[in-house]
Formats: sequence, C-alpha cells, structure tokens
Amino acid sequence: MEAFKEHDGLVVPFDRINVDTDQIIPKQFLKRIERTGFGEFLFYDWRYLDNGDSNPEFVLNHSRYVGASILIAGINFGCGSSREHAPWALQQYGFKVILAPSFADIFRNNCYKNGILPITLSAEIIAAISQRAKNTEGYRLMVNLEEQSVVCPDGTVYTYQIGDFEKYCMLNGLDEIGWTLQYEADITVYENHNRL
Amino acid sequence: MKKTMYEKIWDAHLVRASADEVPILYIDTHLVHEVTSPQAFEGLRLNNRKVRRPDLTFATMDHNVPTTDRSLPIKDQIAAKQMETLAQNCAEFDIPLYDINSPDQGIVHVIGPELGITQPGKTMVCGDSHTSTHGALGALAFGIGTSEIEHVLATQCLLQHKSETFEIRVDGTLPYGVTAKDIILSIIGHIGIDGGNGTVIEYTGSTIRSLSIEERMTVCNMTIEAGARAGMIAPDDATYEYIAGKRFAPKGEAFDKAVEQWKQLPTDDGATYDRTLTLNAADIAPQVTWGTNPGMVTDVTGQVPNPADMQSTDEKQAAEHALAYMGLRPGTPMTDISVDRVFIGSCTNSRISDLRVAADVIKGRQVAKTVNAMVVPGSQAVKRQAESEGLDEVFRAAGFEWREAGCSMCLGMNPDILMPGQRCASTSNRNFEGRQGKGGRTHLVSPQMAAATAVTGHFVDIREFTS
Repeated sequence: MEAFKEHDGLVVPFDRINVDTDQIIPKQFLKRIERTGFGEFLFYDWRYLDNGDSNPEFVLNHSRYVGASILIAGINFGCGSSREHAPWALQQYGFKVILAPSFADIFRNNCYKNGILPITLSAEIIAAISQRAKNTEGYRLMVNLEEQSVVCPDGTVYTYQIGDFEKYCMLNGLDEIGWTLQYEADITVYENHNRL
Repeated sequence: MKKTMYEKIWDAHLVRASADEVPILYIDTHLVHEVTSPQAFEGLRLNNRKVRRPDLTFATMDHNVPTTDRSLPIKDQIAAKQMETLAQNCAEFDIPLYDINSPDQGIVHVIGPELGITQPGKTMVCGDSHTSTHGALGALAFGIGTSEIEHVLATQCLLQHKSETFEIRVDGTLPYGVTAKDIILSIIGHIGIDGGNGTVIEYTGSTIRSLSIEERMTVCNMTIEAGARAGMIAPDDATYEYIAGKRFAPKGEAFDKAVEQWKQLPTDDGATYDRTLTLNAADIAPQVTWGTNPGMVTDVTGQVPNPADMQSTDEKQAAEHALAYMGLRPGTPMTDISVDRVFIGSCTNSRISDLRVAADVIKGRQVAKTVNAMVVPGSQAVKRQAESEGLDEVFRAAGFEWREAGCSMCLGMNPDILMPGQRCASTSNRNFEGRQGKGGRTHLVSPQMAAATAVTGHFVDIREFTS
C-alpha cells in the first residue's frame, strides 16, 4: 500500500446520505478478477446516462470538479455490501480522502487498506465545508495525517480522530499481513492451546 | 466479571492483545465465494504466501451462478472466468470447494449452517456482509473486505477493534402473520440503517427465543442492514438439536462435550450492554419497504410517506429521491401498489421453512397474470428437500418458476435481473437503487407476503389474505 502523509486536493461536495456500495460500484462490475480497472465504473448508474453518455447533472461530471480528490459525503457513507471494489473504484478514480459525518464500518476498514483516508467530522463542519466548496470554484483542502488536521484555504484548521494503528499503517504504507505474521509463534501457540 | 456472549467469544479468540496495538483475533472458520476472493488469492501469490489453514476454509459458488439448467454452458464469459478462477485457486491452495455441480452447492450463508460448519462460540468470516447470518447459532460472524480475506487466508487471524455491545430485546407472542422478516425490518425501521454502526447486536427476549433456528438466521442476516457488523442469538436446546448429526458437527461424546461448552456462552446474568432497546412483538405488523434502503419501511396497512414530514433536510431529500426512483406518490396505501415480479430467495429467506410457508399461501391459487414469479432455493439441499415434499409442484402449478440454487436476483450478478421500471416484491435484504437491475424497484417483504402478492398482483395484508 502507498504511504499517506498529507494531501492537497480539489474538493467535491456530494450531498447524499446513506450512499451504499451498490451505488459506488454496481454489481455488474464485480466480475473482474483483477484489482484494477474499477475507476471508470465509479458511481456508474448515476454518472452515465442510459446511452452511455456522461450524465451532465451528476456532480462528478461538472467541469469545475474534474480532478477532485477529496470527497465530501453525507452520513453513513459506504453502507451495505462489504465489496472492497468500492474503495478500489474511488481510489482508482483519484480520491485520496473522504470526509463525512459517519461511515459504515466495513467500508471504513476497507478504505484504510487501500490508502484512502476516511475522516469523520461533525455534521456542522461537513455542511460548512460542503457549502464553501459550492460557493468557491477550485476550493481545495490540505489534509495532514501526522497532525490529524484538515486545513482550509482561509487558515481554519479542523482536527480529526484516527486509531493509532490505522494511522501508523497509513503513514508507513504498512503490509498488515506482514505485521500479523511477525506474531506467527503466538498464532501457533494459540492453535496448539485450543487444539485447532 | 460478568460478560456478554460477544465478550466471551472475543476474549476466547484473542491471539494477542497489547494496549497500543489492534488486537489479533483468531478466526475459526473462513467461508469463501467467487466474487470477493480472486484478488486475495492473487495477493498471496504475489507475496509468495500460503493459506495457513485450508482445513478451516470452505468455498462455494453462489453470487454469479445461473439458476437455469446447469447442464448448459454458462453464457456470461466473465462470470464463468470468475468461477473457474475460484476452482483453480481452491485446487492450488487445497481448499474444499462446493462448486456449481456439487450437491452441496448453495448460498454461502445457507450451506454453512446446513453442513454443520456454523457452530456456537466460533469466530467466522466471509467476504460478504451477510455473514452476520451465522450469529443465529451463537457464532461471532461478520463480513470482511478482500484485503481482510487475504489476511485471514495467510494468517487465520484478523486485526480487529472490539465493537460495542447492543442488546435488542423483543418480548411477547408474535401476532398472526408476523414473521422473523417483519421483526428485523421493524427493528431497522426503528433504529435506522446506521443505528447499529460500531456495534455487535445480541437479540434477546421471549419472542427471539421462540423463533426457529432458520427464523433466527433471517433476523441475524439483516443485522448488517442496521449497520452492525454482527448479530447474535444465544444458543439453546433448539440450536443443539439443529446442529446434531450435521456433517461437520462433532459426533457422539465430542458433541456432548461441545454442548457443555456451548452452554457457557450465553450472556451472564447481570452483564451490561453498551446500549439496549426493547420492543414488544405485539406492536409489530407485516412490513413492506417503500424506498431505496431497508430503513425506508412501513406497516403493510400504512402509506407511502410524505417527504415533507421528514425531520431533516437530508432525510427529506433522500425520501424525495427515493420516491422519484421508486415511482411512488406520497399517501398511496401500500396495498394499492402493484408489482411485476416476485422473487422468493436470497440468504435472508430461501431456506426450507421459507419455501414451506410460501407454498402454504400459494397452494391451490394462481400467480396473477400480470406477475412473473420465481423461487430460487438457497442451496441444492434445500431444493432437494423441497422437491421431496412436493413444494416445487405447488409452486409450478401456481405459475412460479422453480430454479437452481444461488444468490440470483437478490443482487442480479447472474442473468436474473429486473428490467428498468419493473417493480418487485422480494424476500431479499436490500432495496438499494439498481440492486436487482438498473432502474428496478424493489420492495422487501416476508416469504408469506411475497407469495400473497404474487397471487393478487399487489401488496396485500397477509393477515386478511390467509385468515
């Protein structure tokens, strides 16, 4: 996994609550056996019209948000299916950071494992950032992981919480399986003790 | 110290718990299917890693499989490749596989309990959010992503944070026509689809206790639709009776010993949960969803709600969007809504008891001319059992299609999908936009309600239909 230290990126406000992973990446794209190639199918049913053309109404298709890498989402983002194809699609589209008042549990876990930083901030702060992104074309945020901060162009700083281990893994691009395997002796002891 | 069942199972599976690290949790059983596993096996190969415990890993094909004649070649080449890849991976890593031609093939959450793989006190994972189903037998079971699948394959462990505990107590006798599906839909309607985020739910109370094991599976299955990772129900005599004699269950003396251990699992008297909610079974009516998530649900006697009555702007917008997608107007009585399709199946409601109650409703009746209806048994074993009881004939005679086992139109990864604009009464678990096919409109209901809807062509209060 690529390490995440800090990220300066264009913000796109996405005013929908309870966005489920079926919307993030519809099921017809889950048949691939590769880990790549999902970005073009992100939000497929919303992003494209029935004839395959780009849907001009959909926020990601607005020219001012092309190249956005920070998504401002509503409550419970990523609910539903455990498909890791959802963070793969977001990451391969170009998103590095998602800010929301809350995330679904499995989705949040899957984000950490793919170098996407899911940041939880209060609904009021999310609404304020979303409004500023709508008011100001080219609105950007600077997200720092070491300092656990989101810095706005006007200098306002919001701090966020993240688990120590998740932070460590992301800062170092850690291979979590390698981490667990260093305790292989403990696993064997556990198995022997429990006659597994 | 008094402990909840979740805490007992958690503590018993800790391989390593250091204050400043994420705990390492041992996984007793890993269930694998074709859709979320190929990238995990590829990861193992790239890093030159092995599967640590193929003997604790079980695989089947369910999401992609066609439910039509299995002797014909699979038309969808990409799906076929994914199934072939699973077969190759299982062969390479020595994992037992119940493939499309196996007599044991079926939806992973149907065959786990059916084969006796699911047992009280176990930790179980699968790359599928409905793994929560297995908690019905007192296991701690939850869905994981593909990176975590790779982690479990390589280490038989997971790095996991402990969840909060949430007791949902349901007391009293279930009214006539009200089912396990209605209990869980009603719970989700109460707490919302994020109401269980960060928690593991334990269902308690006399109503839950009175449910059969298969009904308990329906409740635990949809726990994820309330956002909780896992749902659990303490094992009891019904659980032990269900497991006894199953293929992977302990036998003879080992079984008696296991039961003695399982009896230690229920939450201690006086143990406390982080949160508690109590519901009265008498207050629950047959449920029908009206919107695009399982929390958008109402009594069958209710009406499509008015977004203007919603509390927050976000909810109002979400409801407006949902009604536009669903093609519904506020104030419409639920029983006035007509359907084009009926789907009886999925890991929520495709077990033999589900098919029996649906067949009871259907018997001697006909599917409405305007409706296309299908039954997809959860497993080949369920299909065989149903056929031995003549249920397939009951469904066929009424005009239902009788299919082979798989996930089918619950998520429409195979050819079983809704056409744009089609409306479906479905016994599945998710009414998300496009879930059953782009533009398809899904209403979640119990098997009884789905069967009655197939007959009348519109939603109907099962209490009036059959009483």
